[in-house]
Amino acid sequence: MGITMTEAAATRVTAFLKKRGKGVGLRLGVRTSGCSGLAYMLEFVDAPQESDQVFEDRGIKVYVDPKSLIYLDGTELDYAKEGLSEGFKFHNPNVKNSCGCGESFVT
Amino acid sequence: MAFLQIVEPGLSTAPHQHRFAVGIDLGTTNSLVATVRSGSAETLPDASGSHLLPSVVRYFADQPPQVGQKARDSAGDDPLNTIASIKRLMGRGRCDVRRTGSHLPYEFAGCEEGMAVLKTAAGEVSPVAVSAEVLKVLKDRAESALGGELVGVVITVPAYFDDAQRQATKDAAYLAGLKVLRLLNEPTAAAVAYGLDRGSEGVHAIYDLGGGTFDISILHLHHGVFEVMATGGDSALGGDDMDHAIAEWILVQSGVGDGGDHHLVRQVLEMARIAKEELTTQASAPLQLTLPNGAVWQEALTRATFDSLIDPLVTRTLHACQRTLRDAGLSPVEVKNVVLVGGATRVPRVRARVAELFGREPIADLDPDRVVALGAAIQADILVGNKPADEMLLLDVIPLSLGIETMGGLVEKVIPRNTTIPVARSQDFTTFKDGQTAMVIRVLQGERELVRDCRSLARFELRGIPPLVAGAARIRVTFQVDADGLLNVSAQELSTGVRSSVQVKPSYGLTEAEVEQMLRDSLDHAREDVDVRNLREQQVEADRVLESLAHALSADAALLSASERNVIDAAAAEVARLRHGTDHRAIHGVLEQLERVSQEFAARRMNRSIQKVLTGHRLTEFSEGI
Repeated sequence: MGITMTEAAATRVTAFLKKRGKGVGLRLGVRTSGCSGLAYMLEFVDAPQESDQVFEDRGIKVYVDPKSLIYLDGTELDYAKEGLSEGFKFHNPNVKNSCGCGESFVT
Repeated sequence: MAFLQIVEPGLSTAPHQHRFAVGIDLGTTNSLVATVRSGSAETLPDASGSHLLPSVVRYFADQPPQVGQKARDSAGDDPLNTIASIKRLMGRGRCDVRRTGSHLPYEFAGCEEGMAVLKTAAGEVSPVAVSAEVLKVLKDRAESALGGELVGVVITVPAYFDDAQRQATKDAAYLAGLKVLRLLNEPTAAAVAYGLDRGSEGVHAIYDLGGGTFDISILHLHHGVFEVMATGGDSALGGDDMDHAIAEWILVQSGVGDGGDHHLVRQVLEMARIAKEELTTQASAPLQLTLPNGAVWQEALTRATFDSLIDPLVTRTLHACQRTLRDAGLSPVEVKNVVLVGGATRVPRVRARVAELFGREPIADLDPDRVVALGAAIQADILVGNKPADEMLLLDVIPLSLGIETMGGLVEKVIPRNTTIPVARSQDFTTFKDGQTAMVIRVLQGERELVRDCRSLARFELRGIPPLVAGAARIRVTFQVDADGLLNVSAQELSTGVRSSVQVKPSYGLTEAEVEQMLRDSLDHAREDVDVRNLREQQVEADRVLESLAHALSADAALLSASERNVIDAAAAEVARLRHGTDHRAIHGVLEQLERVSQEFAARRMNRSIQKVLTGHRLTEFSEGI
């Protein structure tokens, strides 16, 4: 299991990190909030935490704290476009239900 | 479903609480909207993939206005209802427009007080309303791209925009339903887009030749902070003027001359714009025009001819650069980087001559049309809290000195030009006459010494000053300029605390004189201004002395012998006579003479008033109080 990402997502992350000029990778996380209980986090990482689990896919380091990993294990990160809008999507096998907006979910 | 973007460490927001913010470059020719997504700034395209939105609005009698490329395409067919380059009219009064707009192909409502108003099929529209239409389209584009409502926007304005023009821009944003986080000077935004803040310390020049405005800004980067050392430019010079130069050439060459109607002029202007763009990469551009008499005129515009047509315009920009460098106390070689901004900097002749002036190749890696929007987006991202705020601090300056009118029609400067904003400065003033209980505060902008040569921004009254002898009351006048460059002036009488203030609401009836001209005048007239100031000061002093002398004589004439009185009267008559002359030294001389001969009189008056106070009291009464 672990965390993976699609080619499209990897290309974008690499480009964003390069443009930003610093950062060692990407943090995926879960926070308790939002309309269905849990919400995703997606951040650049400058200073990894000791407890972080580190995954590497397509040359990109992905950091996940152990608590979040319970909800995220097996997730594939994707990048997509719809109309004028574009951005990252979580394909998370643990999700049983998500709110209409897709920003928060229940496992 | 909504998409996620990568955010800075620790700055994740709760769901549905995104801090969507965009930067908008509201340009004369084209407008853009940009945002920061996943840490990188990018301009947002419309559904057909084009990023630039032509700042053109076409009005209809029976349907909502059309904005953008379609409106621009129809400019030739429907010139009176298709409004382009509206930015030039922002914050301008009707009468100003009459003068600057003689070659603009629109119909204006009459020349009266108030904002310029254009007559269209949809009724009369103001420049603010036209700009709002452009902003609405960008707002919709941004909200569908980001998938949510915008928290706020940063809109860029030329550094030379005055208060009226800045306020008009804010009004347009409000009308479009946007919350303005702040207005940012375009050159400052460009510097941010190029990441000059992350680069090496030193002086950078931003040369921004847009569609309708030219700005030159000298920025100093020190410890990661930008300070704007000086700004200059011309609020009525840009790529549009190149189009006009070509168009005039076409009209002359084709024999149309001044005989073209609105329709034909628009068509020729469009042709000129296309030719200008072709000449960026080609050595010549073909021209073809169907004349009113049905004949077809054909000709090629060569790069060499084009260069000679626009050279006077380019020279004007270079002169402005030199003046601004002088303001900053620098020579061209001390500038580390020159950044090119604005579509008109694509013109090879412009690049060559800028390189020549500064002795180095200018930077133009980013699309010169987009850099300003990108910088605004980065600033907006910081302002809504998506980035640690300490990452960048931008300082802007006020373009012209601000002050108030004092006696004799003189201007007392409270905040000198090129002071960084936000800023607050106070200065104490006093009353001129005995028993004066009210004071008119007139707020002025400009570099000249006399009120009549500066621009009047506002006037208000401070009432309720306690009646005291002249010069005893203390009135503190405070000027406050906020981060957007908007001015608030307040006056307070310090003993009673009564106060009065004014927010400088732009008086739309602006003077025609542009900042550029005002600055030049202040240099040209420096000597005579100083002379006039000296004269006025002596005249005001003469009036004050004569008035208080007259008052003293009417109260205490008995203290003087007839011969003493004659001496004083003669000296006073001399002051009154010379006061109307032009020699400030002569007035000063007779004033001193009058002071000498009336010294004894003043001393006697003082002794007498002390005696009056003491009469009827015993000394012990006073010593008890000591």
